[in-house]
Amino acid sequence: MRDIFLQGGLVVDPATKREAKGDLLLRDGKVAEGKPAKDALVLRVDGLVVTPGLIDPHVHLREPGQSAKETIASGTAAAVAGGFTSVIAMPNTSPVADGPNTIAWMRQRAKETGVANVFPTGTISVGQKGEQLAPIGSLRQAGVVAITDDGHCVQNAELMRRALEYAHMFDLPVLDHCEDTSLSAGGVMNEGKWSRILGLPAWPAIAEEVIVARNVLLAEMTGARVVCQHMSSAGSIRILREARARGVPIEGEASPHHLSLTDELLEGYDTSFKMNPPLRTRADVEEVKRGVADGTIRFLATDHAPHCVYEKEVEFDEAPFGVVGLETALGIYLTELVHSGLLSLREMVVKMSSFPSDYFGLGRGTLATGAVGDVTVIDLERKWIVRKAEFASRGRNTPFEGRELRGRAVLTIVDGEIRHDLDGRAGLS
Amino acid sequence: MSPGWQRKDLLSLRELSVDEIRKVLSTAKVFKAILGRPIKKVPSLQGRTVVNLFIEPSTRTRISFELAAVRLSADVVSLDKESSSIRKGESLQDTAKNLEALQAGTIVIRHRSAGAAHFLAQRLKASVINAGDGAHEHPTQGLLDVFTIQERLGKIEGVRVLIVGDIIHSRVARSNLWALTKLGAKVKMVGPSTLLPKEFAELGVEVSYDLDGALEEADVINLLRIQHERQVHSRVPSIGEYAALFGLNLERFRRCKPGVLLMHPGPINRGVEIASELADGPQSLILDQVTNGLAVRMAVLYLVSGGRGIGGDS
Repeated sequence: MRDIFLQGGLVVDPATKREAKGDLLLRDGKVAEGKPAKDALVLRVDGLVVTPGLIDPHVHLREPGQSAKETIASGTAAAVAGGFTSVIAMPNTSPVADGPNTIAWMRQRAKETGVANVFPTGTISVGQKGEQLAPIGSLRQAGVVAITDDGHCVQNAELMRRALEYAHMFDLPVLDHCEDTSLSAGGVMNEGKWSRILGLPAWPAIAEEVIVARNVLLAEMTGARVVCQHMSSAGSIRILREARARGVPIEGEASPHHLSLTDELLEGYDTSFKMNPPLRTRADVEEVKRGVADGTIRFLATDHAPHCVYEKEVEFDEAPFGVVGLETALGIYLTELVHSGLLSLREMVVKMSSFPSDYFGLGRGTLATGAVGDVTVIDLERKWIVRKAEFASRGRNTPFEGRELRGRAVLTIVDGEIRHDLDGRAGLS
Repeated sequence: MSPGWQRKDLLSLRELSVDEIRKVLSTAKVFKAILGRPIKKVPSLQGRTVVNLFIEPSTRTRISFELAAVRLSADVVSLDKESSSIRKGESLQDTAKNLEALQAGTIVIRHRSAGAAHFLAQRLKASVINAGDGAHEHPTQGLLDVFTIQERLGKIEGVRVLIVGDIIHSRVARSNLWALTKLGAKVKMVGPSTLLPKEFAELGVEVSYDLDGALEEADVINLLRIQHERQVHSRVPSIGEYAALFGLNLERFRRCKPGVLLMHPGPINRGVEIASELADGPQSLILDQVTNGLAVRMAVLYLVSGGRGIGGDS
C-alpha cells in the first residue's frame, strides 16, 4: 500500500485539539508520523480542510431484501461521495435485523461490497413489532453498535423500559424514532396551517414530543443511553435541553431537512418532501438549529432513506416516507450551520466525527498518530447544485434537487484507501 | 383559450384569482340559460373525450359531470375503482397515462387522496378537473355554492355565510372558504372544536364553537355532512350529541334571520345536520345547488377545453 501524503490543508482534528495548516501522512491504512516514502501519493490540498472521516449515525442501506431501493454497495458509494467514511445502518431491512444471523450476513456483505465502514444496529423488539424484546445480548455479540426499532417507535412504555434496562447492562445505546402512533394516527404531514389548506392527514408535533418526554423519564430512571432520532419539533428540543441540563443520559439527532425545510413546501404534493417525522414550521426549524448550536443536539445524521422512483410516484398519502441524504448532508450542514455562523467548523467536525465515534465506540473520529486512516477532505467554499441524476445512491428521492449548496467533500479516504476523488486529484477517477 | 381563462386544469379554488372565479360564474350563467331551453344541448365539446375517473364513490357529482359533458356534446366515458384495473393494483399514474394514450382530452377525477388531481395535472397534457380530492378541495362544489348564493342574493360581497359541521374532513368547506372570501363574503365556521381546528382562523374566516350565538347574523347557512366514513368516533361523543349542539333544528331556525337561505352539499343526514322539514322547506336551496351544479360543471368543462363560441362569451 502506497503512502498517501495530504499536503498543505487545514487539519481540523478536535480529538487532538489540532486546528492548523499542516500535512497528514497515511501509511498502511493508518495515520502516521514522519516523512512520506519516495513513491508516496502526494496530494496538494491547499485551501481545503482535512478532517477525520465523517460518520453518519442514521442510514438505511436497504440490504438485505430491498436492493431495488439501495444496496450496501450503492449506499456506501453514496456515503463516500458525500464525505462519510462510516455509516450506522438501521435494522429495518427484509428480513428485519432482529437476530445475529442477519447482522453477521450484513457485516460479511459490507466487507465484500462496501466502500465505507458499515456498523449495523439491531432491533429493540422482535420483528420491530414492539411486543417482545429482540435477543439484544446476541445482537451485541454479533457486533451491533446500538439497538433501534427506527420507523416503528415502541409504543408500549413498559417494553421500552425493559429494553433500556436490558441494553444498559451492555452499555448499548438505544435509538428511538419518537412517534406516538395514537397521536400521529396515519398522518403524513405536519399538523398546522398547511395541513388544513392541503387537506392531508396530520402528524402533529405533540406525537413526537410525548415520546421524547417519555424517553427522558425512562433514560433518567434506568440510566440507559438513549438517542431521540431526527428531532423535528421545537417542543422536543426544549424537552431535551431541560433534561440534558439535569444530566439525563439522553441525546438528540438532527437531520438536514428538519433544519432547512418547512411544511409549506408540500403545496404541490411533491412526495420528495415526504418523510417521517414530517417537515414542520419555520419556528421548529429555527429551534432545531438553535438546539444544534447550543449543544442540545450532538448528532448530525442524514436519515438517508432511499426509495424507488415508482414507489414515490404515487398519491401523496400512499407514498413511502423518506428522503435520501448522504450526498447532500455535508453541503446542507455547512451551508445552514457553519457558513451561517451558528456552528464553528471544529464543532461541526465534533458532531459529525469524533462524538459519534466515541458515543458508539467505533474507534475512529480522530487523526491522532496510529488512528485508522479515515479522512475527509472538504472544500468549504465549493458551490454546487444538487442534481439527483448524478447520485451514487440508487435513491432519487431528494428534497434538495436544484438547490445551490456551499461546501462539498472532494476526497474521501477509508482505511487509507481513496474512495472518492471529486476532482481527480489522485488520478484515480 | 377563452378570454379570462388560461388554465389547463381546475385543481383548487385557492389558486384561482377573483377574475377567474367570476369568469366561471358568468359562463355558468350562460349555460344555465341554455338548460332552460327546450333543446338543452350545445356542440361546444363535439369530438372531445371526457373521462370521469371516480376512484372514490360518488353519485351526484359523477352524474352531474356526466350530464354536463353530454350537454356539451362531448364523448363521455366513466370508470370507477371497481370496474377498472386500479382494483388489480394499477397505479394512478399508469391508469392516467393509459387514458391519455387513448386521447382523453379532459379527465375529471374524484379520489380519496388529497392532491390526486395535482398529481395527474403535473403528469398529463390532458386537462384535469378536480371533482373532490380527499379532504382538500371540491372546486366545482365551491363554485356552484357561490353561484347559487349570487343567483339568490344578487351579490356575494358582504354576505354573511355560516358554514357548520365537520370542517376538518370537508373539501367542500375548503373550496367554499376560498371562493367566498375571495369574493368578499364574511365567512364564519362553526363546529365542535375537534372537527374545527383553530388554524382555520389563519385562512381568513372566523372560527366559533357556538352555533346559537352565530345564528342571528347569518344570511346563508351551509350545513356540512357529518362524515361517518371518515371516522369521527374519537372526535364527537355521539351523533345525537352532535345534532343537539350543531344541528339546525326548527327551534334554532326560528331564531335565524327571516330570509335566511339554507344550503347543504349532500348527501343529507336528515335530522342530524338539518331538520327534515327545513331541508325540504321554502328557504332550502339544496335542489337549486344540484341544478346549478350542472351549469357550473358545463362552464368548467368548457373553459378548461379552451372553448369558444357560446353566446355572451366574446
